[in-house]
Amino acid sequence: MANLIDLDAAQTAAVIASGQASAVEVTSAALDRISEVDDQLRAFLHVDRDGALAAAAAVDERRAAGEPLGPLAGVPLAMKDVVVTKGLPTTSGSKILQGWIPPYDATITQRVRDAGIVMLGKTNMDEFAMGSSTENSAYQVTRNPWDLSRVPGGSSGGSSAAVAAFQAPLAIGTDTGGSIRQPAAVTGIVGHKPTYGAVSRYGLIAFSSSLDQAGPFGRSVLDAALLHEVIAGHDPADSTSIPQAGPDVVAAARAGAQADLRGLKVGIVTELTGAGGGYQAGVLDSFRQSVAILAELGAEIVEVSCPHFDYALAAYYLIAPSECSSNLARFDAVRYGLRVGDDGNHSLEEVMSLTREQGFGPEVKRRIMIGTYALSSGYYDAYYGQAQKVRTLIVRDFTAAFEQVDVLVSPTSPFVAFEVGERVADPMAMYVNDLCTLPASLAGTPAISVPCGITTEAGPPLPVGLQIMAPAMADDRCYRVAAAFETAYNSKNGHILQGIPAIPTATGGLR
Amino acid sequence: MSAERPTLTRDEVAHLARLARLEVTAAELDLFAGQLEVILGSIARVGEVAAADIEPTSHAVPLQNVLRPDRIAASLPREAVLAGAPSVEDDRFRVPQILGEEE
Repeated sequence: MANLIDLDAAQTAAVIASGQASAVEVTSAALDRISEVDDQLRAFLHVDRDGALAAAAAVDERRAAGEPLGPLAGVPLAMKDVVVTKGLPTTSGSKILQGWIPPYDATITQRVRDAGIVMLGKTNMDEFAMGSSTENSAYQVTRNPWDLSRVPGGSSGGSSAAVAAFQAPLAIGTDTGGSIRQPAAVTGIVGHKPTYGAVSRYGLIAFSSSLDQAGPFGRSVLDAALLHEVIAGHDPADSTSIPQAGPDVVAAARAGAQADLRGLKVGIVTELTGAGGGYQAGVLDSFRQSVAILAELGAEIVEVSCPHFDYALAAYYLIAPSECSSNLARFDAVRYGLRVGDDGNHSLEEVMSLTREQGFGPEVKRRIMIGTYALSSGYYDAYYGQAQKVRTLIVRDFTAAFEQVDVLVSPTSPFVAFEVGERVADPMAMYVNDLCTLPASLAGTPAISVPCGITTEAGPPLPVGLQIMAPAMADDRCYRVAAAFETAYNSKNGHILQGIPAIPTATGGLR
Repeated sequence: MSAERPTLTRDEVAHLARLARLEVTAAELDLFAGQLEVILGSIARVGEVAAADIEPTSHAVPLQNVLRPDRIAASLPREAVLAGAPSVEDDRFRVPQILGEEE
């Protein structure tokens, strides 16, 4: 049998179900891997060794007792730190929540636990999920396992790095403007942003409530689908949760693996092909080759124009900061988290201002102030109001496009993983990483990123992602097309992570 | 709707910081004034779109009021909630003074 950490989630579950390895052995292997490489990688903010081993032991006991186990029972998972976990530190990457232990579980945490999935710990992220590199974490910089001098994308960069570096076969991320898809792309793994409302937001620390959506990371499309199935579904505790069953994404992933896309119509989004420049050549090369693969699989390829996508970046960076300025008002130094300057002389309002000044990092402050500005009377119509109208036009572009085609494709990001520090001083240089992912965020439509190539344009070999977008509630189309593509890509090139370099380990040597 | 390139003075940034309850430093004001002006200049592009007669979208899915049945359910124990508070007194959140001496 292969090394346990090399197995993907479906294989891991099969090994446990058949008794070839226990859940405790699988979990121990994952924890050992974290011990070996996380000094270098810095993917985890908190590792729950005891809790993980106890959860694994419970799965082994249930198996020994002959109880039925879910399809991911005993499989280890890395949880993004924006998701609240009862009894486990939850910071959302911010100093303002340092040391906070939530008194309850998010709905997705509960669903993960109920499925017998073993939560290894909490992963690093940009503070309050604001960023595209995970460098905005108040705690540490996470490295990309493909090249430790580079970022793992963001904001779910701890989760993407953990999966790509074989610390865990599965991870949960959240995506507000691309925070699952872009980190998946730049680390060579699969990441899916579900239809808005498909996965409960109850217990997610809110950034931008009309955009935030949790979703799965995996090293295969099927793994992502298996995790999607666990976390999706109606939740009465979230008023924006869709009160009907979603599509069968696992069946779609399995059907897609047959690698037959005859009868499928694929649209290339004109506005996301880098015609105006600004996209890396290696990204565009991989994208062109990916489209050729889709055509070889039998898909009909057409080009579709979505003219308002050009304004998605501007609309997003008004809407998300506006919602964040309102959501983050909850950090008032009263009910949880940090309190600064409470010396008997400072008023509540002064304590609030001192606390927020010390507790928030620069990107969070910038976005709160942009949002405060955009929502101010006198500016509201020109900024926030206008951005909401542009959002309508982007939704209409999608609707019109999906009358012509079944799915839309684009590169996931214009860029491969960049160097740590390269873009931190220039907020706009960071924001353009989300150029291709923002339209689906604003429209609430599902989109997946699947590895589609390796380029050496920036020096070392680095992965590129293909984004596949579908209409609302048609997440199954994303999984079907991604699985077909993955099958064809792997049969041509082998699995993309076969190309990832070994990481220097804590005990010396490389693995 | 026309979008003139917005400007943002250091004083205006200080005002925004006050509204947002952020006790920013002088150095931050210098840094943020420049950065926020660049960001605003980019996002002001939304004004280029002719959208006067377009309905705004606040959520991608249609939202309705969702009411749950009015049934008593368990809530979190008081000590579990107060355990995360920065300061507690007599089983309550302790809050710094709200009114000044003269008020």
